[in-house]
Amino acid sequence: MAGMTVIVRTIARLLFPFTFLFGVYIVLHGHLTPGGGFPGGVIIASSVIMLLLAYGIERTQKRVGFLQAEVLESVGGLAIAVLGLFGLLLGIAFLQNVFPLGELGQLFSAGNLPLLYLGVGIKVTAGIILIFYAMLFAFRGEEK
Amino acid sequence: MSLELLIQNALLVFLFVLCLIAIELKDLLYSVIVLAGASVSLSVIFYMLQAPDIAITQAAVGAGVMTVLFVIAISRTRRKE
Repeated sequence: MAGMTVIVRTIARLLFPFTFLFGVYIVLHGHLTPGGGFPGGVIIASSVIMLLLAYGIERTQKRVGFLQAEVLESVGGLAIAVLGLFGLLLGIAFLQNVFPLGELGQLFSAGNLPLLYLGVGIKVTAGIILIFYAMLFAFRGEEK
Repeated sequence: MSLELLIQNALLVFLFVLCLIAIELKDLLYSVIVLAGASVSLSVIFYMLQAPDIAITQAAVGAGVMTVLFVIAISRTRRKE
């Protein structure tokens, strides 16, 4: 991907923080409002993909590197597994809640559910960015 | 027939027509854009059927990520069918 015209670049640069913030909001309010880990992660990933379309792969990789995304995906998977095993160690079942439940409707409530959504959000974001990087890298060798 | 049911049926017909156009178009880039419109229509139908969770996912994946994925795939292959 070589990048696009200056109009597309300006719009993408202006729209990137708002899209990113909306994705973070969807992930963090996953236990209160519709949404959750997967849709929020997809929205965050689409904000990065918008930069990828507008600026090309070289400039996007300075902001979100291939190795960075790979490490983040592993961290998200590790968070889900550790949270599940934590319930298995202290409670009875896999992913059972061991944290205080809090008040209904508050942001910091619902036990381990926000942490689980955070892990899912990180993993989905990094995974979708990695899909696009893999597609672009897979075809790059044939052009030269 | 209530207004809500009327809008829902109209959206279903709109979705069907958009999918037919996406199949019949010979330029694949136009076809991908029409498919994104069909996805938005489907997400509105999901929202009217009391499933806002699925509507958000459908709008984000169908209109956002899938469109860019198809555009990248078309840019690496032939544009005309």
